[in-house]
Amino acid sequence: MYKEKSITRRSFLKTAGGLVAASMLPLKLVEVCWGKEEGERFTFACISDSHLTHIGGTKFVKNFDKGIEQAVAEVSLMWPQPDFVVYGGDLAQLGKKEEIDHGLEMLSRLDLPIRFVIGEHDYYLDLGGYWQQKVSKLYYSFDHKGVHFVTLNSILTYEDWIRRWPTAEERMNQMARLDNPQGSPFMVGKEQINWLGKHLSKVNHNTPLIILSHSPLYKVFKPWNFWTDDAEEVQALLRPYKKVTVLHGHVHQILYNQIGSISFQAWMSTAWPWPYPVTYIQKPSMVPKMTVFMNRADPFHERDATGWSHVDLEAGRVAQHFDLWENTSRTVRFDEKLKHPVDVTYQESSNQIPPQNHY
Amino acid sequence: MRYKVILPIGLVVILAAGIISGLRADEFKEEDLKKWQAAFMDVVTEGEKLFHSALGSNKVSCDMCHPNATNTHPETYPKFHKTLGKVATLRDVINWCIENPLEGKPLALDDPKMIALEAYITWERRGKPLDPGKH
Repeated sequence: MYKEKSITRRSFLKTAGGLVAASMLPLKLVEVCWGKEEGERFTFACISDSHLTHIGGTKFVKNFDKGIEQAVAEVSLMWPQPDFVVYGGDLAQLGKKEEIDHGLEMLSRLDLPIRFVIGEHDYYLDLGGYWQQKVSKLYYSFDHKGVHFVTLNSILTYEDWIRRWPTAEERMNQMARLDNPQGSPFMVGKEQINWLGKHLSKVNHNTPLIILSHSPLYKVFKPWNFWTDDAEEVQALLRPYKKVTVLHGHVHQILYNQIGSISFQAWMSTAWPWPYPVTYIQKPSMVPKMTVFMNRADPFHERDATGWSHVDLEAGRVAQHFDLWENTSRTVRFDEKLKHPVDVTYQESSNQIPPQNHY
Repeated sequence: MRYKVILPIGLVVILAAGIISGLRADEFKEEDLKKWQAAFMDVVTEGEKLFHSALGSNKVSCDMCHPNATNTHPETYPKFHKTLGKVATLRDVINWCIENPLEGKPLALDDPKMIALEAYITWERRGKPLDPGKH
């Protein structure tokens, strides 16, 4: 049985045991509380989109290694420890065994269960073969303290596109380019949607539901695959639930939305930030207006606009705390009065700051 | 004798007319516009290829952070850069990216590759009014 407890900065430093460890620590995490019993509040950490890139031999892109290393170190030093970690996909850059193995080695420093979501960069070299062998199933469900979780593989695409390329490497390279005019939209696909429908028929509509996916299960901007082609079919299955949140990766930015009863929130990337689609002025996009943008990245700071997050789940509602390494941390939580996620500091336009203006 | 005078004068007049016509205000046609636009777009296409290729030593490419060259803001240059501590051009910052995230060697500022990169970045931002100095 856990006791609910909040930690002060002082006791946190004592627990962390040493200045060296403490100096690495995001002290904004001190508000973490944990649950008393089943169905109570609990916390899990989210690390996503590390894009580990194998250069050759023992060489990997240092910048991206540093991102996941920092996230893993900080999650390791969270106290109390989160109940588990969600890895949000795109552990690898080009789906290579070396990259997936390298990522698993990095994540092995976490002494916590990890729930994996697959991203397109992990998938399109061997269509998820190595991932399923070494890392995780592609879609599955689990329960935790009264909350039902479903992980989906949302980065599938049309068969004719998959078969179009002469080699697996070429297919992977094509899918790896975000702004590829020859790309193909993500989808969950009929097989999974059928599975999800049958699976959810056994889950009571009062049960809090969390869906974990790589791409957003709504439509933001097709040219960059901030998009899932059959999102509406998935949403139709989620709509009857009173408390349902989709958490996703891929977009490398703070992004949140509400469609009917369904809340959406994105994870940060540990590797690099992506611009908001509104900044591409040649094509229209559907970026949710409620999202208060994260700060524009300053390219001169390697870790700017990257980071990780932890999610507090209380009474089935999500509060996501973004630990941003070079920026003030942010919290986006579901507002019971407004019935959608809000940023607890910046939601009011009068509180917003110039770097949040993307143009 | 008269011929000896008239002939050189005639030649000078013809030559001068040729030169003057060459100096006249440019009169170009639709075909010229198409030709020049095609020449420009060839450089844009080359820039797009470079922008999506590993220009440095570590397989990282420009588009990984800047899909469709977004967040490059070519219309705001020259502008003051905090870290460089001076007013910089877009080409200075392209080189900064090549040297740092891409771990490569900087291009000469008039390198055809640099011009191609600038052409692509600017093309993706076409229609945006100039706003030099903006942050």
